[in-house]
Amino acid sequence: MPIIKKNCINEMKLCFAAVSENEAFARACVSSFLSQLDPLVSELAELKTAVSEAVTNSIVHGYRNISGGTVLLQMRLYADRRVYIKIRDKGCGIEDISKAMQPLFTTAPEEERAGLGFSVMESFTDSLRVKSSSGHGTVLVMEKILQEKDDGSIESEFSDKSRRKHRTCTPLRK
Amino acid sequence: MPVEICVSGQTLTARLSGDIDHHTALAMRTDIDRAVRDTPVTLLILDFSAVTFMDSSGIGLVMGRYKLINGLGGECRIADPPAYIARVMKLAGLDRLCRIVSLARIPHREEAENNADN
Ligand SMILES: Nc1ncnc2c1ncn2[C@@H]1O[C@H](COP(=O)(O)OP(=O)(O)OP(=O)(O)O)[C@@H](O)[C@H]1O
Ligand SMILES: [Mg+2]
Repeated sequence: MPIIKKNCINEMKLCFAAVSENEAFARACVSSFLSQLDPLVSELAELKTAVSEAVTNSIVHGYRNISGGTVLLQMRLYADRRVYIKIRDKGCGIEDISKAMQPLFTTAPEEERAGLGFSVMESFTDSLRVKSSSGHGTVLVMEKILQEKDDGSIESEFSDKSRRKHRTCTPLRK
Repeated sequence: MPVEICVSGQTLTARLSGDIDHHTALAMRTDIDRAVRDTPVTLLILDFSAVTFMDSSGIGLVMGRYKLINGLGGECRIADPPAYIARVMKLAGLDRLCRIVSLARIPHREEAENNADN
């Protein structure tokens, strides 16, 4: 692994079968691993949701016509409270990434997919990078800096505590 | 049971519980759709008060039920989602399709009172 691990205080790598049961498993791992940084309830919910989106995409789309696939989940925690999350599949890949990332774009409308997975990942993290190649798979890297614990703010689930850019996606029309 | 169905007058309340993701959404959808088809009603309330997690699979679930009840000439409401889930819903603009309400304050008084029994 490269030497970009400076100030990395903890790391994990997990490889699991691309079956839908493991969507909840991946979220549980995220919660458990992040507990070291004592995240806000809202931050934990955001990262669990982002990971759930990515893992579900690998299972639902990446390995749609491929059996026996696995998903890799890697997380790193940094001293500055930065969380690095990488999710990789070796599935079918995404032909046109910018099209796939558009709100409401989905290749599976008949399965009641809303086409909002990428929008959710973007709004709940500070950065999202996607690399993919047709026939080889997809890699997502998401990063988020957690709030300092001692910033005096009172936690409210209602407040959007993000001091960083806030993105929303285009709302659905009737 | 991930979905508890309760019918009162013209209102069908589907009380969802636990995590809503790709793994669980299909069974919830099947349960709700069967109930709606068996008992034609004019108001479908999706009670989210006991939902512990939801990702975009839940958005698809709500949109699909909205389309179903709308096609049957009825309306759809979302009741009492936890704050973080309400954020996901608003991000998707779901509140424009289905009003987000509190079951204690729903305009249809009789139904609300009956529902309070569960
Ligand atoms: N890992 C992946 N492998 C292959 N294709 C993918 C992958 N992730 C996403 N895609 C493609 O990108 C599209 C958009 O993904 P996104 O998560 O935004 O929406 P969705 O999964 O279709 O619906 P939703 O997430 O709202 O249920 C998908 O429909 C799929 O075609
Ligand atoms: Mg998705």
